[in-house]
Amino acid sequence: MKFTLSWLKDHLETDASLDEITQRLTMLGLEVEGVEDRAKELAAFVVGHVVTADKHPDADKLRVLTVDTGSERLQVVCGAPNARAGMKGVFAPIGTHIPGSDITLKKGVIRGVESNGMMCSERELKLSEEHNGIIELPDDAPVGTPFAAYAGLGDPVIDVALTPDRADCAGVRGIARDLAAAGLGRLKPLEDGLLDATPVAGTFPCPLSVTIEEPDGCPLFVGRLIRGVRNGPSPKWLQDKLAAIGLRPISALVDITNYMTFDAARPLHVFDAARVRGGIIVRAGRDGETFRALNDKDYAVDPAMIVIADHEGPLGLGGIIGGESTGCTEATTDVFVEAALFDPVRIAATGRRLGIDSDARYRFERGVDPAAVMQGMERATRLILALCGGEPSEPVIAGAEPDWRRAVRFRPSRVKHLGGVDLPLDAQTHILAALGCGLREAEDGTLSVSIPSWRQDIHGEADLVEEVLRVHGFDAIPATPLEREGVVAKPALTPAQRRVVMARRTLAARGLHEAVTWSFLSSAVAERFGGVDPGLRLLNPISADLDVMRPSILPNLVQAAGRNADRGIADAALFEVGPAYRDPTPQGQDLVAAGVRCGNAVPRHWSETARPVDVYDAKADALAVLEAAGAPTANLVIGADAPAWYHPGRSGTLRLGPAVLARFGELHPGVLEALGVRGPVAGFEVFLDAVPSARKKGGTAKPLLQLSAFQPVERDFAFLVDAGVDADRIARAARGADKALIRDVGVFDVYQGPGVEEGRKSVAISVTLQPVDRTLTDKDIEEIGRRIVAAVTKATGGTLRA
Amino acid sequence: MPDALKTELLTLVSEAPDLAALEEVRVAALGKKGRITGLMKELGGLSPEERRERGAALNALKDEIAAAIDARKTELHAAHLAARLEAERVDVTLPVRPEPRGRIHPISQTVDELVAIFAEMGFAVAEGPDVEDDFHNFTALNFPPGHPARDMHDTFYLPDTADGRRMLLRTHTSPVQVRTMMSVKPPIRIIAPGRTYRSDYDMTHTPMFHQVEGLVIDEATHMGHLKGCLIDFCRAFFDVDDLPLRFRPSFFPFTEPSAEVDIGCSRKGGELKLGNYGDWLEILGCGMVHPNVLEACGIDSTRYQGFAFGMGIERIAMLKYGIPDLRTFFEADLRWLKHYGFVPLDIPSPAHGLTR
Repeated sequence: MKFTLSWLKDHLETDASLDEITQRLTMLGLEVEGVEDRAKELAAFVVGHVVTADKHPDADKLRVLTVDTGSERLQVVCGAPNARAGMKGVFAPIGTHIPGSDITLKKGVIRGVESNGMMCSERELKLSEEHNGIIELPDDAPVGTPFAAYAGLGDPVIDVALTPDRADCAGVRGIARDLAAAGLGRLKPLEDGLLDATPVAGTFPCPLSVTIEEPDGCPLFVGRLIRGVRNGPSPKWLQDKLAAIGLRPISALVDITNYMTFDAARPLHVFDAARVRGGIIVRAGRDGETFRALNDKDYAVDPAMIVIADHEGPLGLGGIIGGESTGCTEATTDVFVEAALFDPVRIAATGRRLGIDSDARYRFERGVDPAAVMQGMERATRLILALCGGEPSEPVIAGAEPDWRRAVRFRPSRVKHLGGVDLPLDAQTHILAALGCGLREAEDGTLSVSIPSWRQDIHGEADLVEEVLRVHGFDAIPATPLEREGVVAKPALTPAQRRVVMARRTLAARGLHEAVTWSFLSSAVAERFGGVDPGLRLLNPISADLDVMRPSILPNLVQAAGRNADRGIADAALFEVGPAYRDPTPQGQDLVAAGVRCGNAVPRHWSETARPVDVYDAKADALAVLEAAGAPTANLVIGADAPAWYHPGRSGTLRLGPAVLARFGELHPGVLEALGVRGPVAGFEVFLDAVPSARKKGGTAKPLLQLSAFQPVERDFAFLVDAGVDADRIARAARGADKALIRDVGVFDVYQGPGVEEGRKSVAISVTLQPVDRTLTDKDIEEIGRRIVAAVTKATGGTLRA
Repeated sequence: MPDALKTELLTLVSEAPDLAALEEVRVAALGKKGRITGLMKELGGLSPEERRERGAALNALKDEIAAAIDARKTELHAAHLAARLEAERVDVTLPVRPEPRGRIHPISQTVDELVAIFAEMGFAVAEGPDVEDDFHNFTALNFPPGHPARDMHDTFYLPDTADGRRMLLRTHTSPVQVRTMMSVKPPIRIIAPGRTYRSDYDMTHTPMFHQVEGLVIDEATHMGHLKGCLIDFCRAFFDVDDLPLRFRPSFFPFTEPSAEVDIGCSRKGGELKLGNYGDWLEILGCGMVHPNVLEACGIDSTRYQGFAFGMGIERIAMLKYGIPDLRTFFEADLRWLKHYGFVPLDIPSPAHGLTR
């Protein structure tokens, strides 16, 4: 919402400075986004007179001018094709900052001729994009006067960002009212000059009938015909007002409607009455109907839209945009001026559907003052009569003013209790009254506050507290520390949340970099990672690459690794702890810690052998995360059944009972190829929600450490088994041979090759025995060894390697 | 004779080139068949007086030679060790074995900082789903159907559920307020950090970003507490003790009164500095929870009240850590992650410090 300082002063009698006004506006919740003070910016530019213009001796396209600046005559070199002797234009002396080109003028010598300033184009002054020639001013422009003052640009333009609730401030009057309430001046009555809304007596009945067929969409529609108008350009004061806020002056009638829109937040429409066929009907649109709007575009309407029609068809969309067929032109002699009320929800829906952002829609969808419909029409009538002449008919009124009156019970003590400010009652009532509220004290000491028609945003007591606080100033609310219960802070995280932090920091400590990637990805990629539930396809994706919720974090990380490889970092190690989605329910969102390692696990180094990443890197990462998350890693069962995006022979699943806690492995080469990423890539996914929470039994104490007094004994065994036998089966069988004595089983060698027959392999394990009550004898150890061999043989068919 | 022997033996000792040669000298002098041992054996044939005198001289010689051998042995040991050490010399300028060090993303670090600060003020962390329905994201938060504030959210929509609920990606973390109020009885004090989504992508907007929501509900918390809480938070988070905050009236459907909060800054010379410098920078929105929201969540609005706030996590991280471009947060560019990321053991804590 833009307005000029002088426009504000049409409504507000004030001595406040521009700075005071803008600061107070912001503190009232009318945030000032910018102040354009063109007079300040253009202070150095003056009206100049080109006295002589001669061809440059050394350049065909340049001229050497003598410019009278009002105080002196200066030689200026100029390249504009329209520069000629006798013309008046805008002169900038040496040292002037040119806003349009962001340069500061220096004295120059152009092809040997001295130049002491510049004659300017509109673009150089940021007046328009026009740069084909220099500005030409009328002959009567007074030489030497500041150009900004001459051109009516002396008025600072204030730009306010309106919150959607403040429909009343979509007009200058509402803004003035807030400032007056805040003590920055006096609101002028609606009787003065331009503001005069006193009803005009019509001299004849309105010949145009108005019928409302859709009272829900348009409860009230008033208007009148004014005959015999002359619709030329509007006067300079009106053109300047509109131009200052970026509106193009069109004609007096149209300019008046724009003026009322910005002045009073009262959109109006003017019809060329001669072009309205029959009468005016406010009705629902009909399928198949179209009209050409004032923006020269054709729109198809439908039954959800409110159209303003005549007896032959739609003329325009009520409250959004008028139609070209009945638009006012210079030829218009009889004008019908309309003021109406439209349903904000329907206005918003229609505007959104058709993509029309008009000043009228902006106001109607926020809600215009339901009590000021007639008032707006009468003010417009007075302006039309004053600027265009003519003879007014009696008003025509269809529908009725909706019942907007309401009273809100207000306990002044709430300002202290909710707002935290101790404000005397009279200060509160003064503010509310200044905002237009009616106040009546009830018997119980509360106030009954009647809400003004222009404040459709005020519904309850909290709204009134805000009004009082806002006008009094949020600055005046004393900051109060938020005391917590207890001196020592309680943990903010639950144990489940804490393990997410642990998982994240564990992975970073293991050398992976944490990434945060989109929760969505392309459906084509998602298909490679298990596909998505139909309920997780975005109806309005921002791009085709981001059209479904991700079923896994891996594809994003793999692609990120690919992008890093393209930048020359082939050995990327990335992880992300975030959501993956199975279905649209809250339970269908899993918290997953996923990671990828690419290229070499051990880079080339003078003392190390380079080694590509493999499944065991991913398995180690997955186990580390599980460990950090508190999963009982010793009880996990490893299966070789990871999903299809993993390498079928180099991947696995970690389960606790039936629950899948993690998947890991090398990524499937076909998937990598589809993603355009060079392998190998090893990845893992840990499902943090599936990790059972560690229950604290009886407090924080750990189980008592029981140390044996006897030395542990280590014995090695090598078994020959079929090549397909998992090492884990051998180790588990060995461990099961004596659960009390065997503390640990490790696999330290796996061999296939000469000495081992084809299809078989040798697996060497190291078994640690921990006696608890006595030192083991050779016989004991031999006996356990026999049991281990027997157990492994039974479980795997393997034999002890000789 | 002993003098000549002594001189000869001492010379042999001092000239022994290595431990083996020295041992040979020792055996030749002091061994069973050694020369001094031989002379000792001859003592038997002497008169008692001569024996005493000669014996004493030979013992002195024996001790002196033995000491000289020990001294030479120490010397040779030292020389041997020195030679070995010299031979073992390596190039210490060679790089160490690779030990990859990962980094924590600035968003996670910032969340951990938020949690550390708000824990001090008695807040717990609450979470909710990213895929929400219209009720939790809008209706319960007092967005009337068709209200222009809904449009301002650029919502991503998903297909309706079978029972006709409109599904969407949450446009703010405020639905977590709703879920919390519907499941927990006051007093409530939570923050809810998380992913949020809006259909917007340019220099300053990404379709996914993070917010943190704060909610306090009890019987007495008023707007002064809101100010106190946010002033304390901002000063701790940005590590500026006198950071000024400005509360401006604003509008959110779910709060009344509502405010936007600016922090003090300077933009002189194109460089942004936070502090009491006279200029202002908007960082968050807040307000007192709207009675309609309390009622929609089943909380008696005549008894309970409180405040809520929400802010962009990337935004405050950018301000605090001088990260210039929002979009880079989501590119997983390793150069960026290494530069702006945090070492894993740098866990924010009020006791140890929030920021190194």
